[in-house]
Amino acid sequence: MKLDDPNLKRLEPPKLTLFEKTYLPQILGGLVVTGRHILGAAVGGKAITVQYPEEQHVPSANYRGVHRLNKDEQGRVKCVACMLCATACPAHCIDIVGATAPPEWEDREKYPESFVIDELRCIYCGMCEEACPVDAIELTGLYDLTGLSREEMIYDKTKLLSVFDMTKDAEPMQSGNPPATLALPTSPLEPEGPGPRPSSSAGIPPRS
Amino acid sequence: MATWQFLVILVKIVLIVGIFQGAVAYMIMLERKIAAWAQDRVGPNRAGPFGLLQPLADGAKMLLKEDVIPGYVNRPLYILAPAIAIVAATIGFAVVPFGPVGTDAPTVSGHAIEFQIAPNVDIGILYVFAIGSLAVYAVILGGWASNNKYSFLGGLRNSAQIISYEIPLGLSVLGMIMMARSLDLGEIMAWQEQNGLGFIPAWGILVQPLGCLIFLISAFAETNRLPFDLAEAEQELVGGFHTEYSAMKFGMFFLGEYLHVITVSFLMSILFLGGWDPLFFDLGSNGWISAVIKVGVLFFKVFLMVVFIMWIRWTLPRFRYDQLMNLAWKALIPLALLNLIVTMILLQLFRGIG
Ligand code: SF4
Ligand code: SF4
Repeated sequence: MKLDDPNLKRLEPPKLTLFEKTYLPQILGGLVVTGRHILGAAVGGKAITVQYPEEQHVPSANYRGVHRLNKDEQGRVKCVACMLCATACPAHCIDIVGATAPPEWEDREKYPESFVIDELRCIYCGMCEEACPVDAIELTGLYDLTGLSREEMIYDKTKLLSVFDMTKDAEPMQSGNPPATLALPTSPLEPEGPGPRPSSSAGIPPRS
Repeated sequence: MATWQFLVILVKIVLIVGIFQGAVAYMIMLERKIAAWAQDRVGPNRAGPFGLLQPLADGAKMLLKEDVIPGYVNRPLYILAPAIAIVAATIGFAVVPFGPVGTDAPTVSGHAIEFQIAPNVDIGILYVFAIGSLAVYAVILGGWASNNKYSFLGGLRNSAQIISYEIPLGLSVLGMIMMARSLDLGEIMAWQEQNGLGFIPAWGILVQPLGCLIFLISAFAETNRLPFDLAEAEQELVGGFHTEYSAMKFGMFFLGEYLHVITVSFLMSILFLGGWDPLFFDLGSNGWISAVIKVGVLFFKVFLMVVFIMWIRWTLPRFRYDQLMNLAWKALIPLALLNLIVTMILLQLFRGIG
């Protein structure tokens, strides 16, 4: 576009009156805005804080939290050990050992003998979920992922399958959230992953 | 007689220092609460009922933390700086009248109890300004002694800022001083109380609106509060002059800053908001009841000022450095001079009447 283009619109900054040049009216306007927020949160109950351990935060439907490994209708792990997720993973935190599927599983050749995700290295980008051809790996809405050691945060197949059992009623990317009945999101995750475990991790008191 | 006076003064010092240290703890709590509310949050609410024990937790944290003195600092100055901060902020209270003084003061068995540590200092306001500007040494020394370029920049910025803003600060109160014809804070208050036009009081904010505004702006700059906290400027200077300080030394800088806020609020209330003038009814001239009401009214005004200062913090962003200097030299100082001259002319014209 040329400078003398007739379609070119020129915008001039509005001229300020002398009173406006003192910036006092704008400052007063700003005070009104912040004042409204202060009063709204202090007495109007408009604060958006969620009192976390007592109240559970419900993340949005496309929240990307802990992974789960889906099972099919027969309760078998859906994954066919194609390694696409491990290849796609930018953080290199998926470690799969594939094995020949048992002969009675007619629909596939391979299955994962071991499937380990290092949840501490994971950046929760969701690429694994995108890559999977059989929708075997998905990210759930579980966000309160905690542990007492690094080893505890390396999730193996058992643990990832147990996340599926916990969240199977929720469909990630559609309603993402664990159903309301899931009062204790992480407690079924027994520390069964590889590596040594501190004995104290078993003694975490359940949430009430 | 002498012992009695000495004792009274000692008690007053202990009381006032104690009260204000405690007040500072709760001011930090208030600051955090207002910060939270302005951002639609709830703020500290876990320690004790409504989070009221939070200041104790904060204080304990400050005291129990490891006090690191980096190896490369200039040790004597590094240790001196927070001490100056707190001393300069505290001794300013010596001449602030918290309640009735002079002939209005209530008595205990014939002895007047004056609500001021050093009563009858007739240059009170000069003293407060002199002490107030000492606080800049804390910042400059802290920045210099830390041997850290960010701290040094913070200290440097602060010195330029304070030097610039001392001028409008001083000029802005001159109008009020000329009208009240006294440098004594108590007399300035008394003048505001006595010279109303019927219902309308002669509060500084009404008779000296421009002076009041300039004082308010310069006071923000003097206390290093947002929008003038260029000496700290976390985003640019990683904390500025107190980057190298930890534990209670850091806490002392904070204590100093908040004490400064209280002093400024007192000055603002006394000079421009009528002090303990409760506006609509006339208090008896002496006796304990009126004294208590006066103290209450004054403290209420101070509280409002403190809240206002915190409110401004969440309204205005920090100034850029050249804007800060422009504001002082190109706007506030000429306006303050203008205000001074107009006040002088008007006073001279109406001398016979006023
Ligand atoms: S979410 Fe991203 S980082 Fe995490 S395992 Fe999947 S692909 Fe890797
Ligand atoms: S989870 Fe999906 S992408 Fe990953 S190996 Fe199994 S089938 Fe392939």
